[in-house]
This record gives sequence, C-alpha cells and structure tokens, in this order.
Amino acid sequence: MATALTRKDFVSDQEVRWCPGCGDYAILAGVQKVMPEFGVPPENVVFISGIGCSSRFPYYMNTYGFHTIHGRAPAFATGLKVSRPELDVWVVTGDGDGLSIGGNHLIHVLRRNVDLKILLFNNRIYGLTKGQYSPTSEVGKVTKSTPLGSVDFPFNPLTVALGAHATFVARTVDVEQKHLGETLKRAHDHRGSSFIEILQNCNIFNDGAFNDVTDKGIKAEHQLILEHGKALIFGKNRDKGIRLNGHRPEVVALGNGVSESELIVHDESNLALAFMLGNFEAPLPTPIGVFYATSRPTYDAALNKQLADAKTKQGPGDLKKLLASGDTWTVD
Amino acid sequence: MAVPPEAAGAAESRGGSVDAPHKRQEKRDRVVIRFAGDSGDGMQLTGMQFTSESALAGNDIATLPDFPAEIRAPAGTLAGVSGFQLNFSSNEIFTAGDEPNVLVAMNPAALKANVDDVPPNGVIIVDREAFTDANLKRAGYTGNPLTDHSLDKFQVIQVDVTKMTASALHGSGLSNRDVFRTRNMFVLGMLSWLYQRPIESTIKYLDSRFKKRPEILEANIKTLKAGYNYGETAELFASSYEVPPAKITPGLYRNITGNSATALGFVAAAVKSGRPLFLGSYPITPASDVLHELSGYKNFPIYTFQAEDEIAGVSSAIGAAFGGAIAITTTSGPGMNLKAEAIGLAVKTELPIVVTDIQRAGPSTGMPTKPEQADLMMAIYGRHGEAPLPVIAAATPADCFECAFEAVRIALKYMTPVILLTDGQLANGAEPWLVPDPDRLPDIEVELRTDPEGFMPYLRDEETLSRPWAVPGTKGLEHRIGGLSAENLTGNVSYSPANNELMVRTRARKIAGIAREYPPTEIFGDTAGGDLVILGWGSTYGPIREAVKQLREKGKKVSHIHLRYLNPFPRDLEDKLRLFKKVMIAEMNMGQLLKLVRADYLIDAFGFNKIQGRPFKVSEIVNRASRALEG
Repeated sequence: MATALTRKDFVSDQEVRWCPGCGDYAILAGVQKVMPEFGVPPENVVFISGIGCSSRFPYYMNTYGFHTIHGRAPAFATGLKVSRPELDVWVVTGDGDGLSIGGNHLIHVLRRNVDLKILLFNNRIYGLTKGQYSPTSEVGKVTKSTPLGSVDFPFNPLTVALGAHATFVARTVDVEQKHLGETLKRAHDHRGSSFIEILQNCNIFNDGAFNDVTDKGIKAEHQLILEHGKALIFGKNRDKGIRLNGHRPEVVALGNGVSESELIVHDESNLALAFMLGNFEAPLPTPIGVFYATSRPTYDAALNKQLADAKTKQGPGDLKKLLASGDTWTVD
Repeated sequence: MAVPPEAAGAAESRGGSVDAPHKRQEKRDRVVIRFAGDSGDGMQLTGMQFTSESALAGNDIATLPDFPAEIRAPAGTLAGVSGFQLNFSSNEIFTAGDEPNVLVAMNPAALKANVDDVPPNGVIIVDREAFTDANLKRAGYTGNPLTDHSLDKFQVIQVDVTKMTASALHGSGLSNRDVFRTRNMFVLGMLSWLYQRPIESTIKYLDSRFKKRPEILEANIKTLKAGYNYGETAELFASSYEVPPAKITPGLYRNITGNSATALGFVAAAVKSGRPLFLGSYPITPASDVLHELSGYKNFPIYTFQAEDEIAGVSSAIGAAFGGAIAITTTSGPGMNLKAEAIGLAVKTELPIVVTDIQRAGPSTGMPTKPEQADLMMAIYGRHGEAPLPVIAAATPADCFECAFEAVRIALKYMTPVILLTDGQLANGAEPWLVPDPDRLPDIEVELRTDPEGFMPYLRDEETLSRPWAVPGTKGLEHRIGGLSAENLTGNVSYSPANNELMVRTRARKIAGIAREYPPTEIFGDTAGGDLVILGWGSTYGPIREAVKQLREKGKKVSHIHLRYLNPFPRDLEDKLRLFKKVMIAEMNMGQLLKLVRADYLIDAFGFNKIQGRPFKVSEIVNRASRALEG
C-alpha cells in the first residue's frame, strides 16, 4: 500500500529566491500544502512556466518542471498534455507573461479547453525587469516606463478568460491561504482549462496593490466571497449585499426593509453573471472565489478519442501499407 | 529522378499497353511539357494526371508545379496563370527540364506568361476560342498573337477546345460552367494520345474523385476520351510520339512529392522508434501539406496540433518532446523567424525535435510559392547566444523521406533539435520513388531513462555527449529544466562563469561530434581530383548533376559534390574540395554556403547564384562552369 503523500514530497531542494516578503512565497506554500491531497504522486505532476518572477515557480516544486520562454507556457503545456493525457499539468504565469507577450496562447488554450490548471499571478507590475507597468496596471500608473502615468487601458484577467470561453474561472488572494487552497482544489477537480487569477503582492515595485482585499482592518468591507447558491453578502458584520437595480448591481445595506431574498444569488453556471461579477469595481466589492464553472469536452480528450477511434476503425498504423499506398506500379 | 539499375543489363522494363496508333509514330527520348492556364483551369490536376500516366508508361519523370500565391487571381490575368511542367524520359533525368518542348496555353495570359521559355520550333498548343478580344486585353495583348505572326518561330497548333468540349457533352444536361470546367480533360486526352500515354489511371482517378457526382464523372471521362480520339483523328498532328520506358531498378514504385516524402519519413521514424509522433504546426505555404498528410494518419498514432501561431507550433512540439514523443514542427521562412527563441530553448534544454523549414523566396513574405535557399545561415546561426544544432538538407523529392528519417534519428541519438531544410520546389515537385521496405529501414533506438540510481539530468553519454531522456511519469527522476544557464550534471540554475563556458562548449562539442558517423563524402566525377568541382546542397542537386553529366560527356573534368549535412560539415569535405583546381558553389541565394566554406577552410571558392524563385536551368550551370574552365 502506498504511503500517503505529504507536503515534503512536493518541496524541491532548491533555495527559494524571490524577494523577501514577496507574495509568491505564500502561493508556493499554499500549493505545496494542498498538492498531497490530490493523491497524484510527484512523478505524474508537471509544472510549466514562462518568464517572470512567477515563472521561477517550477524550480521549487519536487515534480517535473519546465521553465520555458516568455509567454509560451500554455503552448508547451498543450503539447505535453495532448500527448501524455494521464499527467497532471499545471501552468504558472503572470500578468505580463500571460496577458501581454503570451496573451494569444492564453486565450487559445482556454477556448480549446485543454485540461490544464493555469495559475496567473497578478501583481499588476513587471517585477523581474524591475518595475514597468503591466497589462493589468491601472490607467495613470506611474512607473519607470510611465513617468507621467500610464495611458494604457488595462486587461481584466477574469473577463479575458470568460471572453475566451474558459470553462473554469476563479480568483483568489496570495495571503488568503484557506481560500487559496480551496480554490486550487476546485480547479484541480475540474476537467478542462482551470483559470485562477491569484492577486499577488509585489512588495518591491507595487506594494499594497491589493490592500483593500488583504488588509485585515478593511478587507471584510471590500472582499466578496462567492459561494455557489448563496446570496452575495459581505462586510465585517455580513450586513451588506449586492442587489440588481434594473440591470445594474448595487450595494445595499441589509435590514431596514432590505432582505436577503432581494440579493443576487451566485450561480457558477451563469456566464452573464460571471461577466458582471468579473467587472465589479469600486464602490462594488472585489469578488473572490469561483466565478464560472461549466463542462465542455477537453481538447486533449477529444483528440485522443480521434486517435483511438481511428485505430479501432483502421487498425493500428501499418507502415508497409502506408508507404505503398497511392498510385503504384511495378517495374520488373 | 528514378533509381537507375545497379548493374548493366538489369531487367528491361515492361512494354506499354497502349492501343496501337493508327498514325505514324516517332520516337523521342525525352519530352518537356508545360501546361499553363488560369488558376481555375485545373492545370495542376492535368499535369499530375499526365505525370501518373507517364510513370505508368515506364518513363523516368520529374515535375515542377508553378502557381501563384493568390488562390484565384482575376480570371484571364497574368497574375492568375498557373503552370505545371513535366519532364519524362527514357533515360535517367534529374530536373523538370530547362524549357518546354510543348507549351499548352489555355488562354492568352497563359501564353504571354510562358512563351518566352519556349525554344524556337517548340510546339505551342492553344485553345483558339479563348483568344477573345476581352481575354487578349486582360492579358495585356494589343493584337492577337495567333494572327499577327509574332509566333511564327514556333509550331502553333490551334484547337477549338471549348467548342469540342461542349459538343462532346451536348445533351448531358450540365450547366455551361460545368461543361467549361472539363476543358482540361480534353487537353489531357489529346496529349495522352500524342505521347501514347494510357488513360486508364486517369479514369480510375476520376472515378474516386467524383464518386458522389456521377454526372460530373461521366462528363469528365467523356471529354477525356473525346480529346484522345480527337488527337488520333484530327489532322493537326502529323504523328504521335513514343517515349520508350527508362531503365529503372525493378521494384514497386509510386510518384512522390517532397512534402509527402517528408511526412512519410517522419511516420517511418516514429514507427521505427516505437514512439508516438506529435506535429505542432501553423499553416504556411509551402509547408501545410505535411500537416494535411499527417493529420490523416491518426491510427499510427500521430498527434497533429494546428497551433494558434508558429511559436505555439514549435513550443507544443518541445512540450511533447519533454513528454517522450517524436516531436516535429513544419514551417517556412517567416515561421522560422518566429520559432527561433523556442528552438534556442530546445538547444539549451537538449530536447529532441525536428524543425522542418520548407524554404520559399524571401525576404519577408517574398514569393510564397517559389523556391529559394536563403535560410541556410538562419538555420545554422539564427538564434541568440551560442546555440549550435545539426542542419540537414534534402536533395530531391524522394530524398526528403530519408532526410526526415535521418533528422529524427540524429535528434533522438544526440538529444538535440535538428533543422531539416527542403524548399518549395522539392515540396511540390514529384518523382518516381522506389517504395522502401520498412523491414529494411534501420531501427531507431530510444532509451528512456528509468533508473533513479545515479540519475542527473545533464549526466552525459560518454560517446555521444547526449543527456538522458527522462520523461514525466517516471518515478524518482523528477527534475526541472529551463532556459536559464544550468549547472553541469544537476541542471540546477547556475550563474557560474566557468560552468557557463563549460556547458556552451560541451553542447558545441556534442554537435560537432555528430560528423563522426557520416558516410564518406561522395564525389560524382573525378574522385582523384580534376579541374572543377561544383558544390551544392538541397534542391539544386538535379540541375547540377545534369549539368555535370553533360559537361563530362564533352570530356570536361568537372565533378559534383552534394551536401546533405550542412552542420556540422563532413570531416572529409575540406580534403575532397582541395582535390580540385576550382570550387564553384551553386545555390539559390546570395552565397551562404560559399561564405561558410570560405570561412571554415580558407578555400578560394566562387559562387554561382540565382535568386529568382526559380530553380537553376541546366544550361545556366553548364555555361557558368564552362566559363570557369576557360578562365
């Protein structure tokens, strides 16, 4: 009988080299903690990354790992997963890697629904190149490359993923270890491309970018934890909710004549609702959790089925027959 | 070119099975026909069917399609002219021929685009009715060449193809448009009679192509036969011609294009290595046919992944190689540029993939349907950093099979990306291929590492210097690789200066070492040395070999060396070149192999270059070599 896996089975012997205080440490710890629960032995797990701070991740996992080139991790992962569907393949990327240089691969892997778990660490800055604005930086952001403020309208990772018809879209936060672990589990249980945006603090170049959802003093007023089938309620005293006013969401105070039954109830299968939640911005709270989950055939399974069906129908490949096919003639 | 018999007196080939001609018959030992028409006139199909018929008649054959990048340029314009040239002969031939003896021009534009290539007294067959005022104007003619004596130096045969096709199909109930579309079959039938080709193979082909449209099938066959009978009964042709079968090594043959041969070479390599094949590719001219072909062989098993772009094509292949597949990507010049970074990663992580560059005329978008050889330097050097890899090039359509197979073998043995160069001419050109017996192909040994004892990702084989292939799913071999400079043996990230140099030099040594297993470089001609050697690589094989044969028949001391292995060079290449007083390097670029040879060996070679998106003519090489011999 196999012994149960532990966190240690997933920790590599390499010294972790992110800046002290980086949010990536928390994410690494969260992933290493939850991996044993999946019951997949380390030799069947592969982490594939692109370039950037987040993409150093595979070196610290005692699994198979491939630190590839900038933005292309989804393509490497697709080739591997398609030809080795039994493997548990994870992609680690960042806002620059996944949404700027690699934006094309990200949307295509999501629409194909390749069975990959994709973790996008969003710190809204280029960290490894030392502080330029990223495709998720807000307009007006002052950085080394935008001394007068960015005039570049940002991407919203979640709505990009939803727009690409990803079948699993979630958001979590680096320091919310419990929520991170639960979200990873949901992502792992999902068959198909699971996309998780992880809000991650870069304490060197963009410190406090997500303070409103991480600061213990105020986060309860800004974090909206999504739970399927439950009303959208938040606040330290759980006294605020989200109601639809016509087609527009609004924050309402519960009590004083406003009851829970008037609030929006989260439904993970509702793409329109997921889009609406994905577009929440102040004064609306920041939703975290699973925005959208649906089931669609995966690319890797569908292609492997074609191969299996072809073999059933035509028999295994016969090289001799293939070479001698077409119009042939014999010279005596 | 077909395979010549190995020994003199080898079996004489079979007799023809054509009906006895009623008219006079003359013998020819070789004929070059060019079919030209509008893109929609079915000239490629006509050419391919005539090729099949000629192959069945036992001739050696070589073909060169020539078509525009535009799928359907405006009808009747020069931009829309599509051509197909076929050389068939009783002797071994190496090219599709310098100039056509017979030009079939389906409209004025086809005539105008091709007439300059026809030698004096050459035969031009035209569809007279297509020479309307409107069509003449579209082609840019101010007068009618059929009546203004501008074609007097040719034998012009005017045939009412359109009218006779319509009569043949009178009462068929087909639309005028459908009737018009069978014109090419009338021409094919006529030419088939003229050269005494059997038309059964074309009928068989039509049967399968129009299985679901019996009325179209019937119309095509009717028109084909009408053309054949017209040739026999009309007074236009004084005689028909016989091109007797060539002496060819006995065996089973098929026609093969370079792209088909490339695809089959990869399939064969996967089967002989016992691993699945994975192709990651993005559509690009002239490479897409390899993707099409491999997509049809899923049962082998073969995975084909049409990626979102060129970079994803190569990246998915590298991902599959990491997982233990025989991984390939196919592209042409523009795609090569995009793949460069990922290929560098495969060099650094030492993963086996084959990158096939089916070269086309550049720079930039260039002439996508035309061949060139200007990607050689890019193949050898086109990556940042020191990133050496093996480069091999196919010489003929059939040679693409062997080269694809060899590329996979080298990639796996040395754990390295390999670049396979072919070009648009090889890709779409065809020749008879002696179908190989898979049992006689060498096995490709693949040793996946399984033993965790002493495993290190960069612990190398002492002879080949290749690292172990340790694929995910293997217990105890979990490891990480990547693009960052890595420590010797462990592969852990390392910025050590001395380690970096060690790893760079070790990889270079690994690649250089591949040359140790090459067969000796062959000299065609004066093996002990002579006045001139022509060095070539890739698709220039045909015209160089033919030119050298012609020169040698005239007693010139001219020889030919053709390189398959372009990086690393064969170890005996310098000595072989030094046997000759002069070294001429003929290539379809500005002199890329020339620079390498001069730089590596300090040999004062000179170049003969052509960058027109067209192969060398034999006569061009003969003339240049003759001048070199005089000077």
